[in-house]
Amino acid sequence: MNYNWNWSIFLEPSPEGAGTYADMLLSGLSWTIATALSSWIIAFVLGSLVGVLRTLPSAGAQRIGTAYVELFRNVPLLVQMFLWYFVLPEVLPGNAGTWLKQLPNAPFYTAVVCLGFFTASRVAEQVRAGIQSLPRGQRMAGTAMGLTVAQTYRYVLLPNAYRIILPPLTSEFLNNLKNTSVALTIGLLELTARARSMQEFSFQVFEAFTAATILYVLINLVVITAASFLERSVAVPGTR
Amino acid sequence: MFSNFDFSVIGSSLPYLFGQGMVFTVTLTALAAGMGVVLGTLLAMMRLSGVPGLKHIAKVYVELMRSLPLVLVIFWFYFLVPYIGAWVTRAPNPIQVGAFSSALITFTLFEAAYFSEIMRAGIQSISKGQTGAANALGMTYWQTMANVILPQAFRNMLPLLLTQTIVLFQDTSLVYVLSLTDFLGAASKVAQRDGRLVEMYLFAAVVYFAVCFTASFLVRRLQRRVAIIR
Repeated sequence: MNYNWNWSIFLEPSPEGAGTYADMLLSGLSWTIATALSSWIIAFVLGSLVGVLRTLPSAGAQRIGTAYVELFRNVPLLVQMFLWYFVLPEVLPGNAGTWLKQLPNAPFYTAVVCLGFFTASRVAEQVRAGIQSLPRGQRMAGTAMGLTVAQTYRYVLLPNAYRIILPPLTSEFLNNLKNTSVALTIGLLELTARARSMQEFSFQVFEAFTAATILYVLINLVVITAASFLERSVAVPGTR
Repeated sequence: MFSNFDFSVIGSSLPYLFGQGMVFTVTLTALAAGMGVVLGTLLAMMRLSGVPGLKHIAKVYVELMRSLPLVLVIFWFYFLVPYIGAWVTRAPNPIQVGAFSSALITFTLFEAAYFSEIMRAGIQSISKGQTGAANALGMTYWQTMANVILPQAFRNMLPLLLTQTIVLFQDTSLVYVLSLTDFLGAASKVAQRDGRLVEMYLFAAVVYFAVCFTASFLVRRLQRRVAIIR
């Protein structure tokens, strides 16, 4: 093994002009976090909606929900990324396509929308499982109390279901965070992309990837800690 | 809306797309899944063994792999494997490893972490009484595992293992970052050569969807057939 370790590489200025290699990685980290959080908002809202659709009594609503989930789960994320980035602007009518292509920060917005729609299909499955795991009596009790379907979901089913699915939702959140790295293929300068360019500029492969690894592990630990804190604080007293 | 597009590019590149691209994807998926399940089962056994050192090594390995994005792991091994190879064979310089072997090692080691979580659940799903009964019959640890626990664990977990393999099939598209010619890589190369991004990427999406949708449908049917009624 003749590899020249050089851990002080992080303090050397990066060839991009502004800041050191460490700054470069940290800027990647902030893009990763920004993308993960923004796409999670879409994923959570849309996923809850689709998950609810799949549990409604209406057969039409169930079919729409199922179609959404099957479509987004059976195409690889990378292909979906290409569809949003390369294909969508071409098939949109003239002006809209041009506007999309000239959008500043296009990789960021594309990645957010793509990951949002992709993760929504997974969130939807969790929401559906959560609602279906509740005793049937809860829905019936809601109806018997004179609540509308929307009210039953808002006040009875969803508050219970979200509490049950908090642990799998946490791992979906982490998956979403890791999936942001796929966006490097469309030019998003997130953490993995930055580690890769640091390797290309400096030839210090293992230092760059070790730093990225440590950062990913740290975010994971932070998210897991925050989630278990959240789980404790929202738990209904007496249920555990 | 599709007036500017020329879908005949798909027909002329079919032999390349399937003959090279899809063969690469399927071979990589099958080999990585097979080796990943074996390694994953060993990791699960280590984690459940209760032996302090083994247990912790397996836990750290699985947790580390699961907290990293696959793209980063692909890069890691792409650069690391030549050094490991040199270390194993005592060669003075990093050895040349083909792109396919590099990808195969990466996916095996990465997916083993996910398979091991499935197998851990599978082994734990078998009641303790069975291990006790096997011990009472005088079976060794390996005999108990091979003849009593693992066959049932595999049966219980078969649908999950296959579902994870479908995920693996989709994930192999990420070898794109190493410019390998898997199915998506082949589609992408034709797309860029002929300037037909829309047609090729749509076609790739349709093929992936058809394969994965059919496969998950078959897994659901299998799930109903192998389920042990208790």
